[in-house]
Amino acid sequence: MTRYILTRVLGAVLMLVVTSIVVFGIFFIVPRLAGQTTDQLAAQYVAKDPSPEEIAAIKQKLGLDQPVVIQYGRFVKGIVVGREFQFGPDTEYCPPPCFGYSFKTQRPVWPDLVDRLSVTFSLAIGASIIWLVAGVSIGVLSALRRGTFFDRFAMIIALAGVSLPIFFTGLLSLALFKPTGVNYVPFTDSPFEWAYNLLLPWITLAFLYAALYARLTRAGMLETMSQDFIRTARAKGLPERTVTTKHALRATLTPILTLFGLDIGLLLGGAVLTESTFSLPGIGRYAIDAIGNNDLPQVLGVTMLAAFFIVVANLIVDILYAVADPRVRLS
Amino acid sequence: MNRRKLTSITAAGLALGLLASCGGGGGTDNNGATGFNAAAERVVNQSTKTGGTLQGALSSDWDSIDPGNTYYAFSWNFARTYGRALTTFKTGAGDAGLELTPDLAQGLGEVSADGKTVTYKLRPNIKFEDGTPVTSKDVKYAVARTYARDVLPNGPTYFVDLLDAGDYAGPYKNKDLNAFTGIQTPDDQTIVFKLKQPFGDFDYLVSSPQTVPVPQAKDTGAKYLEHPISTGPYKVDSYVPGKEFILSKNTNWDASTDPNRKQLADKIDIKLNTNAEDIDNRLLAGSLDFDVAGSGVQASAQSKILSNASLKENADNVFSGRLWYFVMDEKVAPFDNVDCRKAVQYATDKVSLQTAYGGPVAGGDIANTMLPPNIVGHQDFNLYPTPDNKGDVNKAKEALAACGQPNGFNTKILLRSDRPHEVSAGEALQQALAKANIKAEIVSVPAGQYYTRFAGAPNYMHQNNIGIAFTGWQADWPTGFGFLQQLVDGRTIKPQGNTNIEEMNLPNVNALFDQAAASKDPAQREQIYGQIDKAAMEQASVVPFLYGKGLLYRNPQMTNVVISFAYGMYDYSILGIS
Repeated sequence: MTRYILTRVLGAVLMLVVTSIVVFGIFFIVPRLAGQTTDQLAAQYVAKDPSPEEIAAIKQKLGLDQPVVIQYGRFVKGIVVGREFQFGPDTEYCPPPCFGYSFKTQRPVWPDLVDRLSVTFSLAIGASIIWLVAGVSIGVLSALRRGTFFDRFAMIIALAGVSLPIFFTGLLSLALFKPTGVNYVPFTDSPFEWAYNLLLPWITLAFLYAALYARLTRAGMLETMSQDFIRTARAKGLPERTVTTKHALRATLTPILTLFGLDIGLLLGGAVLTESTFSLPGIGRYAIDAIGNNDLPQVLGVTMLAAFFIVVANLIVDILYAVADPRVRLS
Repeated sequence: MNRRKLTSITAAGLALGLLASCGGGGGTDNNGATGFNAAAERVVNQSTKTGGTLQGALSSDWDSIDPGNTYYAFSWNFARTYGRALTTFKTGAGDAGLELTPDLAQGLGEVSADGKTVTYKLRPNIKFEDGTPVTSKDVKYAVARTYARDVLPNGPTYFVDLLDAGDYAGPYKNKDLNAFTGIQTPDDQTIVFKLKQPFGDFDYLVSSPQTVPVPQAKDTGAKYLEHPISTGPYKVDSYVPGKEFILSKNTNWDASTDPNRKQLADKIDIKLNTNAEDIDNRLLAGSLDFDVAGSGVQASAQSKILSNASLKENADNVFSGRLWYFVMDEKVAPFDNVDCRKAVQYATDKVSLQTAYGGPVAGGDIANTMLPPNIVGHQDFNLYPTPDNKGDVNKAKEALAACGQPNGFNTKILLRSDRPHEVSAGEALQQALAKANIKAEIVSVPAGQYYTRFAGAPNYMHQNNIGIAFTGWQADWPTGFGFLQQLVDGRTIKPQGNTNIEEMNLPNVNALFDQAAASKDPAQREQIYGQIDKAAMEQASVVPFLYGKGLLYRNPQMTNVVISFAYGMYDYSILGIS
């Protein structure tokens, strides 16, 4: 078991390194292939009408005049031991994990990311609880009452949930229920205000996922209910309630939980559309701005963070799988 | 004009009546009645009521709140709440808002006989938020730090270009301020700018936040934006990039030293990176007071406002100061021939371009000159008139014959693919030109590098045979010089980041700029700006089609609301909340 976990952790670290190399490559090599010079790259970070001297100064300051390999080396060094920057009268030390200073705002990337993590975390936690509870219970009920009005109605709603994009449902719900907008209040300031303001984003986001989970649970339940062991359980004379909850639901939940782990990991890397629609200053919104500004340190920071969450979620799911299912460990 | 006067007189009379009936008890005097476009004509909801929090929002973020490192119009307007420059624009409706008035300084600049020395005396008793007095050295330092282009790259470079400071590289490389020779400070109240050559609009230049004083001891370079030291009625409580910007009253600001601003609300709270539709919803729901960007509401809110009388009376449809136009590159055949350029001038259907930009309310008014109406020097003329501005195919064909292309020609239109208005305008132009047998192919490129790599790189234009390029422009200060110089002065053509995209380089136009710079008479300068506009239009390589407008919405709770013509949005320095 220890060896299994170790190899998985090692794989996760390797995955992060590869991600950072790919992002670096996309940022530097792709524009170059398209015929862009480093001057043109640097010119994006100066005001309008930059002079050649200004561009040269910016290039030097941002390190864009160095070979990509050296720039990458500096980036990795920053994450491991920190780096020093001079953006004014004094030299600044950026402690590890230093993702560098933003090209545009000239602020260290890491503290801003950590600051925004609380918003994304709040959004993901609330929404995931709602969708897990709602999605699974609707799925189970639908499966048990297959073909009834409830089943059909629930599945139509679920279909709508899966197909309607957040920027539609989000704007619609804002206009209907809270035209005054959502103002994020940190949990530590006021738990009530926190929950009150996040309720609408939670429900909107959960609507999308709950729909998916309901459909999956329903399909899983239907499949499980036709299995031999359910018939055996019924034959043993177990009450129907025990058959559905203890036997059928449990077997159905394993793949659902796997999916749940991955979805949470994905969401923590930024619920881009939800955060944008509801103007929540989270990781997703940060990612959009970073990409819009072509701000490499920010893009790298946010990509690495998102990748980290996905890799960790994967790792946990893998380990839980191994715990739950001995066949995984043996192979 | 008469009608305008009449309405404002009536409004004032009504308000006086109201005041009288109030018995003068409260702090509110309600003159400045509301109404559609009211804030363009008068200060709406005039009040001296204090307290409350002004709620603002922005769909993007600041480039920087450091007064020395910012270049957005809204940012320059808003910076006046926490910083005082040497001069500023008057608070008032209409053309009054284009007038300069001294701010930190006691008067406008005193220009020496040779025009190369401009002197300002500071008002006494102005303090920073920490209570230390503001001296001329703090202003000098503020300008000096804008020379550190590697640390503070966002602002304009007018001081770097104009001041006689050798190869000074900013105070971070050399901490001795005496090394900066472009400005002298004979005493704590006097500041003397040394120019390389005369510059008529210098008073406008020093209205930029780059002259907002910065104490050298408190300067932290790029990090200064975390807490710029205030001299205005508000001080920065916190600024978190991408999230929020909160200001509160600066207790060391003294109203008796500042005739231009007001300190009414207790706090100003601005949420950054707020979704644009969300901003509109909040504005209309009353939970938000103003959109800081000041560029107008989105399409869905526009229709809501225009179809609802009670919303409409809180809206203003105003010139943003932006000109939308396209150019023909004089170095790319067949546009090296003036008659071929004229053919395009006549063939252009400006109404279809206006529609592409959202029509008269959201887009703007049809333009036939380069200078928009709210710029000093604007004159009304039209060198290429067509019926109803819809284009004149016959005249276009005559011009084509004159340029030796009676059967038309092929060219390319360059535009920004991520600007929906521009894309539809490009298609509209393509159709209009086709009627005159000018076949244009559309080349769309990303906006992010439009000026560094595509339209702003003459080499790219030549190599790819791009005849026509769409662009837009807003002046750094509202005079003909501030507006036109970067667009039509041939000496500003650059290998990249070029804004004189048509590559117009006419000795007579260039000379007019020098003449305006050397003139000390504002009236004469104003007249020269009109001449430049005409001379540039005669060259036929620029086709202005729209004076940009936006539909702004003001929360009826907001007091002292007036459009500043200088910024094309609400004046942020006097707002309050009732």
